[in-house]
Amino acid sequence: MKKGKIIRVAGPLVVASDCLGAKMYDMVKIGELGLIGEVIELKEDLAFIQVYEDTTGIGPEEPVFLTGKPLSVELGPGLISSIYDGIQRPLDVIRKREGDFITRGIELPPLNREKKWNFAPLVTKGQEVKEGDFLGEVEETPLVKHKIMVPVGSAGKIVEIKKGSLSIEEVVARIQAPKEVKDVKMFQTWSIRRNRRVHERLMPDEPLTTGQRVIDTLFPLAKGGTGCVPGPFGSGKTVVQHQLAKWSDAQIIVFVACGERGNEIADLLLSFPELKDPHTGRPLLERTVIIANTSNMPVAAREASIYTGMSIAEYFRDMGYSVALMADSTSRWAEALREISGRMEEMPGEEGYPAYLASRIAEFYERAGKVICLGSDRRQGALSVMGAVSPPGGDLSDPVVQATLKVVKVFWALDDKLANTRHFPAINWLLSYSLYVENIKNYMNNNVAEEFISLRQEAMELLEEESELQEIARLVGVESLSTKERLTLESTRSIREDFLHQNAFHPQDTYTSLRKQYLMLRTILHFHNSGLKALEEEKSLEEILALGVREKISKMKFLPEGESDLLEVYIEIDNAFKELLQKKGVSEENV
Amino acid sequence: MYKEYLTVSNIVGPLVIVEKIRDVKFGELVEIEAVGGSLRRGTVLDISTERAVVQVFEGTIGLDVAKSRVRFLGHSQQLGVSEEIIGRIFDGSGRPKDHGPQIIAKKMIDINGNPINPDARDYPSEFIQTGISSIDGMNPLVRGQKLPLFSGSGLPHARIAAQIARQATVLGKAEKFAVVFGAMGITFEEANFFIEDFRNTGALERAVLFLNLANEPTIERIATPRLALTCAEYLAFDLDMHVLVILVDMTFYAEALREIAAARKEVPGRRGYPGYLYTDLATMYERAGRIKDKKGSITLIPILTMPEDDKTHPIADLTGYITEGQIMISREIHRKGIYPPIDVLPSLSRLKDKGIGEGKTREDHADVLNQLFACYARGKEARELALILGEAALSDLDKLYLEFAEHYEDEFVRQGEFESRSINDTLELGWKLLHTIPRAELKRIRPEYLEKYYPEKK
Repeated sequence: MKKGKIIRVAGPLVVASDCLGAKMYDMVKIGELGLIGEVIELKEDLAFIQVYEDTTGIGPEEPVFLTGKPLSVELGPGLISSIYDGIQRPLDVIRKREGDFITRGIELPPLNREKKWNFAPLVTKGQEVKEGDFLGEVEETPLVKHKIMVPVGSAGKIVEIKKGSLSIEEVVARIQAPKEVKDVKMFQTWSIRRNRRVHERLMPDEPLTTGQRVIDTLFPLAKGGTGCVPGPFGSGKTVVQHQLAKWSDAQIIVFVACGERGNEIADLLLSFPELKDPHTGRPLLERTVIIANTSNMPVAAREASIYTGMSIAEYFRDMGYSVALMADSTSRWAEALREISGRMEEMPGEEGYPAYLASRIAEFYERAGKVICLGSDRRQGALSVMGAVSPPGGDLSDPVVQATLKVVKVFWALDDKLANTRHFPAINWLLSYSLYVENIKNYMNNNVAEEFISLRQEAMELLEEESELQEIARLVGVESLSTKERLTLESTRSIREDFLHQNAFHPQDTYTSLRKQYLMLRTILHFHNSGLKALEEEKSLEEILALGVREKISKMKFLPEGESDLLEVYIEIDNAFKELLQKKGVSEENV
Repeated sequence: MYKEYLTVSNIVGPLVIVEKIRDVKFGELVEIEAVGGSLRRGTVLDISTERAVVQVFEGTIGLDVAKSRVRFLGHSQQLGVSEEIIGRIFDGSGRPKDHGPQIIAKKMIDINGNPINPDARDYPSEFIQTGISSIDGMNPLVRGQKLPLFSGSGLPHARIAAQIARQATVLGKAEKFAVVFGAMGITFEEANFFIEDFRNTGALERAVLFLNLANEPTIERIATPRLALTCAEYLAFDLDMHVLVILVDMTFYAEALREIAAARKEVPGRRGYPGYLYTDLATMYERAGRIKDKKGSITLIPILTMPEDDKTHPIADLTGYITEGQIMISREIHRKGIYPPIDVLPSLSRLKDKGIGEGKTREDHADVLNQLFACYARGKEARELALILGEAALSDLDKLYLEFAEHYEDEFVRQGEFESRSINDTLELGWKLLHTIPRAELKRIRPEYLEKYYPEKK
């Protein structure tokens, strides 16, 4: 291994001389401790290295070892249910070896080398395979069949294929390529900064259901789409991200906790083995990979954590899975970029962020998508990406928010006014948007209900109207509004409180299926429209609002999934209004 | 013997630049002997083959270029700890300030600490009863949480913090408990308030104090909170104690950090604070918590005074992003003469959900909490409306809410400085207030609890 010499140490930045031959983004090991770093700039024989661990105690004259290899992740069986730091070191193994605190210079393989997996071949000897084709599979967890694929860049005839109990370092297949015979193991390494190739990109056309009413109904995300959740602190970003990680109907979840709280990871680790996937009934941890680089862990590894997570997510997408990646929070990642850039004395752009901030963010989100994967079966995979953004002071003009909004298609704007009234999820319905509504229209029509999209439109219009009416009411008082307008205010209140408001900690309320969402919204709007009709029949607003069925509407969210109970409420509305209309008009008598 | 250097070339603000050095490491502790023999300490901030940039804790007044002697001590700043540390008072650099003897160290610990492995963390879930209704009822504190007080100048945050330190208990348990107090840049009077309060209540015997007062060196403040937290880690994870750490005032800490960044001519971030303020604060706040299979815990209450009461100011803002909620102290409520002037609407405790409920506080706690919030928020809205349009323009329901808000502030929030309310009393008080609102309005409360605590009048 080639050796350089340290000439400067400034926090996470180390400069070394005698590094001719080092390549950009090569991994290096620093000092006697062997801290891990990455080359981020080269000036003649000087290498500028960002170090992924604390550099206290490192000084000039100490050696730097050039590995000649880029910073990579290991991809293979054993990823699922793991918890890694930003450069894919297994935190659970570290804990067993080093104790409760993370020490420096630890080098551990990300994947367990000893564990035997039951490898079931999917090809036979003599078969021609192309890159991306399945060679076999391993049941990693009851939820995940881990496909072993022909590595990118290889193709040829299978000369040997094994089966049975094997560890990941054993050769499972040998492929006769034109020039040589290639040994294939169950795991491969991949440079984290390179995209994994696909055959073709497709337009996202299916919703990623999350069980969160305000998201699925009003601002849906598509499978293979991108979304962001910006909001000030305390507005519930992390709860939204956790809810998405818990209830999304993706097959694989990669959760990147990037520069956030340690206790939030503890929460995930505690709840994921307990919580059951609503679609399969298995523990959520069996489909989840967690990357945890908390705010007190080294800042440079925070920068890498996003890419580590993305490479793992792409790998599972290549198997034809629908994968969802959550990054909480991309602002902390951007700050890591800023910190390193500052130490390198680069010319700062907006707010001290480097000038390449926007392009890095765009590159990141562009790795999402619905695709036809490599491989001759032309299977489809999808990778959806959701990033939390934590703008300073909740100010949406922050460069990270602005750069993110340029590329993502769904914007869930968190509002601390809503959060202050404990309206959760505090997604502001006037500011948020989703550009996928058109894409998923067909799916909704065929799989949920024909009128779903039009009901959504109606609810949106009512909410829009509400804000105007509230403005008027604030200026001249509620009395100046017509009864119809006042009914609208009551109905939108019902939409807000009985539909959009969702308690993440209530066992029944935390997840709502699309079908139930549809039935709930239909019921609420049915009351509104029946109310309007009753008003036309000269019934008074007070009479309408006094109907007992309204309490039933407000309790709909606590009803179990399934049609019958909800339909009952709908029918009760019909009956209540029928009764009301048959009653002799009180108002007429008074006249 | 350490090598001595006489090669100081520049002195800029708190920084000293030493030339022609050898075998110096990043983060190393440095001793500087000024003319006349007075000693100061510092740490290496930037090191290259030719020179080291040293940040001097005690300030650079009286240092000169020609005669200052610099020694590199070969290790980073450490704190010597043993059981004897409990009940002692230290200065901001960890030297005894109470005329007592030096601590005979059983263990030397690097004050920067190591990050807790996220996999080793245990989720905080034990409710701490502070006896203050607006905290226990609305924003409950749990063991291992970091919950700052966001305050402003002239507000009684010190009294609230002292009250919490005095009254905090975990229901039904008597365990080893200690308070670690770190003061950065506060005045003698404020520091003395805490010391006297601890002394009067007997808490001083189980407290450790690190004091850097306003007239003491600014740069020393960088080390003070780390000393306090290192001490807390020792007490919690080596001696199995439950430690409450109070750090006051984080604003002065951040200003000291800014001073160094400016002296180093770093690219400034928002309002001149360095871009790494978030990371820097996080390396301290994140030291709070619980560890699996360990008995002790660290609960952290940092106090910060927001310049102009602006919670979007970088210090408050970044703190809020790291900590698990915040208790907001409101000038408006303070002006009404209500103590403690805690505004529950912008306050938040993120860990409350795991710490409350059946078996911990009471089954209805979460619902009552949410309902009180909603009602108070509505009441405040009504109050604003009444200001513009006059009270006559309010609907009957809004008038009820308006009244609710008044009672809420006057009965629920207001309490005595030495009054400790049990969680049961707090919740009963909450229900009493909720009874003034029609039952159908209480949508945040599950029907079964409504039935139990607010039975329908027949």
